[in-house]
Amino acid sequence: MTIVSLRNVQLRFGPVPVLTGVDLDVGPGERVGIAGPNGAGKSTLLSVIATLRPPSSGEARVFDAEVGTPQAYEVRRLIGWSGHDPALFDELSLRENLYHFARLAGLDIAEADKALHQVGLEAAADRRARVCSNGMRRRADLARLLMTRPRLLLLDEAHAGLDADATAIVEALSRRTVADGGAVVMVSHDRQTMGEHVDRVLTLREGTVVP
Amino acid sequence: MSFARQVAEFCRRDLLTERRAGEVLTIVTPFGAVALMSFPLAFGIDSALVSRVGPALFWVVVFLFTMQIALRHSAAERPHQRAVIALLGADPFARLLGRTAAAAVLILAFMAILFPAMLLFYSPDLPEGWPLALVPGALAGIGLAQVGTLAAEVTAGLRTRTTLAPLIVAPLAVPLLIAGSQALESLASDGGILPWTVLVVATDLALAVIGAAIARPLEEASL
Repeated sequence: MTIVSLRNVQLRFGPVPVLTGVDLDVGPGERVGIAGPNGAGKSTLLSVIATLRPPSSGEARVFDAEVGTPQAYEVRRLIGWSGHDPALFDELSLRENLYHFARLAGLDIAEADKALHQVGLEAAADRRARVCSNGMRRRADLARLLMTRPRLLLLDEAHAGLDADATAIVEALSRRTVADGGAVVMVSHDRQTMGEHVDRVLTLREGTVVP
Repeated sequence: MSFARQVAEFCRRDLLTERRAGEVLTIVTPFGAVALMSFPLAFGIDSALVSRVGPALFWVVVFLFTMQIALRHSAAERPHQRAVIALLGADPFARLLGRTAAAAVLILAFMAILFPAMLLFYSPDLPEGWPLALVPGALAGIGLAQVGTLAAEVTAGLRTRTTLAPLIVAPLAVPLLIAGSQALESLASDGGILPWTVLVVATDLALAVIGAAIARPLEEASL
């Protein structure tokens, strides 16, 4: 079964065309990178794949559910997304953030503690997110993905601003996802760095994906 | 995770955030008390007038500051946070209810602090059995939390949020304000509070039904 299947996906923001006909297939065990300059529509494409934004036209299917239909809501639990800015609540500690996400995902909070240990944040776990460095916040975001074990991992500029240890965590997370039969799609403006972490790199140019 | 546990989780998160940020307790509430205190200064020494309008002005201040509480900056979710929560499979209506419950707790606390302040500043002649009027009053506070949270959701991510939200709230809050303030008047004129309680319960229920119907579309539109 193809995990992500896009056919002539087009998306407009008002009169502005952002995606002008994207075709993309991502199967189990694949790690695909999409490169492109700033403003090319990479994050927008990722939000379509995440089922968060239905295309204006064309067909987008994820885990065989059509994006924009109620079936897509059911597959969202299988998708993990890490964006530019970690999705942490500033007034909660890193641990409380992870507990919050664990409870909403129906997981035991022990999974959150385990994930914090895996990303090396046990010592800082009780600090409020707003006083943590961006690197620590990014690690906590990765801990969320380690904890929820998504089958489709979507990474937006995943390696930007990370040290070697955190980059290794991204790599481990990515490898574990494909080993579990899932897939990884990452987007970045840095084609070279991304190329070291994926099986194939495509380019998003003028709203469409080219090899 | 069950629906009820999701509701409790969202409520817990918002209340914990408020406990840390202290936006309602340290900013909105003192400002509300100052606003309540400023009316008697404007009326001058006409103590009879001050005493008569006190309860009504209490409701005006509650209405105005409800918006501040519902739209408080510390509780605003950023788009990527909403996206992550959606991807965790959280029920949008559970999210709305949980956030409404947290806003209701804060609004009722705000009212509980301002009501004695109103008694102090205005010395109103409260009718016998006035504590009964607290029931529709509290229910009106819950309704205001519902309206405010709905308005916050409708305007999430908009640049005109703080302008647009009160415009949405004003017409929806009218029955709640009427019921909340008239319950006390009704007791003073030997009437019962039942009609006003029924009005506020009906409004609360109607708002809950509206929330259930639009929670999913609102969330999808904000992602």
